[in-house]
Amino acid sequence: MIPASPDSPGGSLASDQEILQRAQDWREQGKGVALATVVETWGSAPRPTGSNLVIDEDGNFLGSVSGGCVEGAVVTEALDVISDGKPKMLEFGVADETAWRVGLSCGGTIRVYVEKLD
Amino acid sequence: MKLATLQALNRARQDRRAVALVTDLDSGEERLVAESAIASDPLGALLAVQMRQGKSARVEQDGRSYFVTVHVPPVKLVMTGAVHISQALVPLARLLGYDPVVVDPRTAFASPERFPDVRLVADWPDVALPPLGIDRYTAFVALTHDPKIDDPALAHALARDCFYIGALGSRKTHARRLERLRAEGISDQALARIRAPIGLDIGAISPAEIAVAIIAEITSALRLESGEKKPRLPA
Repeated sequence: MIPASPDSPGGSLASDQEILQRAQDWREQGKGVALATVVETWGSAPRPTGSNLVIDEDGNFLGSVSGGCVEGAVVTEALDVISDGKPKMLEFGVADETAWRVGLSCGGTIRVYVEKLD
Repeated sequence: MKLATLQALNRARQDRRAVALVTDLDSGEERLVAESAIASDPLGALLAVQMRQGKSARVEQDGRSYFVTVHVPPVKLVMTGAVHISQALVPLARLLGYDPVVVDPRTAFASPERFPDVRLVADWPDVALPPLGIDRYTAFVALTHDPKIDDPALAHALARDCFYIGALGSRKTHARRLERLRAEGISDQALARIRAPIGLDIGAISPAEIAVAIIAEITSALRLESGEKKPRLPA
């Protein structure tokens, strides 16, 4: 279970506008920020391509890439991306060896691109 | 992504301009492409397809991999009538990420007590509607039952090419409404775009149920139907 971010009372229902605006606000405040985007989906993925999750250097986040299943893992990876600046391509699905931990219960597979906001 | 790119993207979204964000997945470089600049972009043909379908997707060209995020404006839902149905429509619209606005010159109806936390314009349509920037990413519903309010608002919605236009009232009421609008010089082709009786037929009786039927019909107009009128949103 992913704890709700104090910055996201709307949780995964935050609109795209709020999500991308929040990323901009955080960056303009001088925070390290990463942007995660669903770039590919197979099977019954819970969120469509183009869905965004934004993360700040303290682990606050807004948006969703899966409806709660893998956000925790994406946030962890995003913190690495913020510190080293290198983008990452993450893949999650039931075939994944970590399926029991962070897999998608719906049976789909998603690929998530995580990049730093410069 | 560069902060400047994100700032430009957020600006386009605020101004309700459709744009595509192209990210080169090998180099990490990105660019923002306005709808009007698609034809001259190196990925133009691919972008045009994604934009038309309103779908973000990974695309390949010349051995390179790109991710195209399509950003089209969020749906605005404008309703005339600060009535029971609109009281139910406002939270439903919010839930779906639409931006609701309620217009009603009758201040007894259009009171902040009845409609807290929503943009409420207590004025006649000819004054209230033009500043709202009603466009083809807007759904319009006429709910007052009063021709003095609904008729000019419907004419405005048709002129602004809203992707969904619905009007409350029975078939008989609607037939009379069409006669009046025809007399105002609106073409039959345009009038055919008004959905009445409003909402999907789910046997709705209560105001809340009618609101559900209307929201469902708007969703289907957004997601299912083809044609130029339809904005396609990436969910």
